[in-house]
Amino acid sequence: MKRQIPMLILSAVGTLLVVSVFIPSARHWQEDASLYFDIIAVFAFFLGGGNLIRVHTEKVNRKSTGWIYSVVTLLGFGIMLVTGLFKIGNPNGIAGDLSQTGSYFQLLFQYVMSPLNSTMYALLAFYVASASYRAFRAKNTEATILLVAAFVILLGRTALGVLLTNWIPAQLSVLQIPNLAIWIMNAPNLAGQRAIMIGISLGVISMSLRLLLGIERSYLGGDN
Amino acid sequence: MGLIISAVVIGGGLLWILYLSIKGQDVDRRIVYLFVGATVALAIIFRLEFGEVATPIVKSVFDKIENLPAGSKIVLSYDFDPAMAPEVNPMANAFIRHILEKKHRLFFMSLWATGQSLLSVSLNDVLKPEFPDAKYGVDYCNLGYKAGNEGVLNVVITNFRKMFPSDANGNSLDSLPMFKDVESLKDMDLLISVGGGKPGVKEWVLFAGDPGKIATAGGSAAVSTPLLYPYWPRQLIGLLGGTKGAAEYEAELIKTHPRFKDKGMPALRMMGPQTMAHVVIIAFIVIGNVAYFRSRRKGKQS
Amino acid sequence: MLALLRIAKLVVFISSSLFVISLLPTHSVHSQDASPSGSNLGPITVRAHDTDNDAGGSVTVEWDDPGYEKMSGFAGFLIWRTNTLTGTSDSVEVTPFGTHSYDDRSVSDDSTYSYLVAALVNSERVMSAPSMQVRSAKQWFDSRLTWVLILGLIICGAVIYFIESAKRGTKLFLRRIAGLEAIDEAVGRATEMGRPILFVAGIQDMDDVQTIAGLTILGSIARTVAEYDTKINMPVRASLVMTAARETIKHAYVTAGRPDAYNDDMVHYVTDEQFGFVAAVDGIMVRERPAACFFLGAFFAESLIMAETGNSIGAIQVAGTAMPAQLPFFVAACDYTLIGEELFAASAYLSGEPRQLGSLKGADVGKAIAMIVILVGVIATTIASAWNSESMLWIENLLRKMFSTG
Repeated sequence: MKRQIPMLILSAVGTLLVVSVFIPSARHWQEDASLYFDIIAVFAFFLGGGNLIRVHTEKVNRKSTGWIYSVVTLLGFGIMLVTGLFKIGNPNGIAGDLSQTGSYFQLLFQYVMSPLNSTMYALLAFYVASASYRAFRAKNTEATILLVAAFVILLGRTALGVLLTNWIPAQLSVLQIPNLAIWIMNAPNLAGQRAIMIGISLGVISMSLRLLLGIERSYLGGDN
Repeated sequence: MGLIISAVVIGGGLLWILYLSIKGQDVDRRIVYLFVGATVALAIIFRLEFGEVATPIVKSVFDKIENLPAGSKIVLSYDFDPAMAPEVNPMANAFIRHILEKKHRLFFMSLWATGQSLLSVSLNDVLKPEFPDAKYGVDYCNLGYKAGNEGVLNVVITNFRKMFPSDANGNSLDSLPMFKDVESLKDMDLLISVGGGKPGVKEWVLFAGDPGKIATAGGSAAVSTPLLYPYWPRQLIGLLGGTKGAAEYEAELIKTHPRFKDKGMPALRMMGPQTMAHVVIIAFIVIGNVAYFRSRRKGKQS
Repeated sequence: MLALLRIAKLVVFISSSLFVISLLPTHSVHSQDASPSGSNLGPITVRAHDTDNDAGGSVTVEWDDPGYEKMSGFAGFLIWRTNTLTGTSDSVEVTPFGTHSYDDRSVSDDSTYSYLVAALVNSERVMSAPSMQVRSAKQWFDSRLTWVLILGLIICGAVIYFIESAKRGTKLFLRRIAGLEAIDEAVGRATEMGRPILFVAGIQDMDDVQTIAGLTILGSIARTVAEYDTKINMPVRASLVMTAARETIKHAYVTAGRPDAYNDDMVHYVTDEQFGFVAAVDGIMVRERPAACFFLGAFFAESLIMAETGNSIGAIQVAGTAMPAQLPFFVAACDYTLIGEELFAASAYLSGEPRQLGSLKGADVGKAIAMIVILVGVIATTIASAWNSESMLWIENLLRKMFSTG
């Protein structure tokens, strides 16, 4: 029963939503279902938030390895929650907009969270360099073609690409590095991506059908 | 001068690493990180900048905004978070400058919760100081963030007021003069989405631009841009891809409206470090291949 | 009675038309047979019909322009609507240059309407004759999606056929997927080294099919983990995923006969913030140094950060995602990568159950259709544009119609 009811709900709702694609007056069911899911997810946040507090409080109490990080986590969680919930420092008080200029929440967002997020994103620059150094080796023909394409793209995305091939006449402008880079992204790269996307779509159909027919059940915590 | 110093320092270091690779020593990943960091730092310190020329895919967006009659209605949606902001915020700010310079009406909104706060930053840092004569409710307005992803677009394509009864400041849309002839997105002359995730440019094309036959343009993070090329030029009139796209747009903006030359165009400034970083990455790829071929030859000999 | 009703309707219709004409302002008004002075253009012909493939409440008005748009001083077409039941009339829209149709979405399905279109030239309005009366209605099927339905039924039918075929005992060939074969090896390695395994089921919520695919693979991995008595650490970004993952792992431990070894804290919520989550995952990797990392689900920009950190600690990494933009990063940084549909095939592959394997075969029929259509389409389009071949153009248009939803 514990697994039958969720499977029944999934099959019924899934079938209804597939059918709604073809019925004009029922298309809004998809947005409605999406909204219902968002509402359920918001309630589930209490579970997640509670779990976060419990796990880290235990780590602090037991002084496990890295318990200082748990203190930082709990402090960050508490400060953002309190400043946001009670709109502390908000020029219009508790009735003001959450992210109003001057509110502590907006200040924390702008001067703490934004730079931290940007820092994590900036790590990609370093990781791309180390991944490229390790992965772009001319081991075989395909790898060599990939290597050449990578060079063209890397140069094409900068002013250096323009400088290096500016001398090429307009009739052969396709050989200029920036144009070549756009062609590589627009033609062979896009063809490959589209092929992968077609495969993915068919894989989603196959998986969705297995879910709707109840053949796939392991995500419910059961055997298939 | 800065370029010469950077080239000497970085070039010298790379040659030394190449020499070590030829001798058979592996390059620790931390050396790679150090070089990338140093290259970017030197480029920023010496303010290395290179000229940019707008490619057709960027120029088409610029020309569209440039050629629209004054008073045209343009939606600018902030669909990104702080992580993407360094890459796409310059695009958004360039759009603000261009649109208000051409005296169009600018409707701000956001499909991302974090976009709302980033929008406020742009309003305070760019719009209000550089366009003090722009009136809220007449020249621009801020509709704020609405949850629902593409569901929001499904509603506003037929009725703005159903989804946005009031703007981000609590004003009813009917009280804003710029909304007097606006019922839905179909009354807009151009839709622009700036972002790199979901919902983003693709959702604006699929749920607003294409079904509503409204001209749509996009600004996207570099990693998401290839997935949007299929939509150009039919469903997307143009696309700014990553920092390069933003820099090309800024260059075109300065060329056509020179008053923005001294306004600090961040994308153009960032292209200097990006160019240098790309050169370093290419150098490391070459060094890696040298080391690889050398170890392969050694293996064959033994 | 019926006759009286018909007469009443006619009276309302005539009076509303006269009412419309009387409302026209002090500018000179011409009948449909006259034109602005100096021109001899014919009348504007107006057709109104229920908008196709909609949910009701919309009428499409179309008109032919005999040449007013080309006249200097042309300002647009004004559309008038009359509700023939109530007799009220109002202007609906002024359409710009080049537009000869308009969808009036502010009508009611309970009323009938009639439309007039007036060309605005200088200070004059050239009215058309009123259109036939029209009532909007909802359609129960969007005919533009007929081909989508047909193709969908073919693919679904193929899937169901092969599932049934597999149930009857037909042996189905499945190619080897290296990433899935490596799972046991990865878990075994972690057990030998006495280090945990890290599992990340993507960063999306349970409404993403990739997350569900990740959780189905988690079930298989958790069974192996339970049998080998290895530790598993699964940070999650969404609370609903946390509850689902706990159920999956708990069941795996119970099935393996080790219910006492299960602990709820194996799956723990971190944060909804994308880069906050990846910072936490990186921290776990650097501190706990898992011997095997599994990244199976939907990922965005954080994919390379996690994969490179895993590579730096020397973990064996198996990744799988259906996000084309992230695949190159995983391929570059991980030992094994499940590309796109391989992620969705994983649960079938690992279970080996005939019904699930049959569904994979059905998807292959879809791929075959795609390949044939692409080949035919490319040949037809090339020949049509090079040699203006009518038959090839017909094929091209047919394919466009089949695969377009608008």
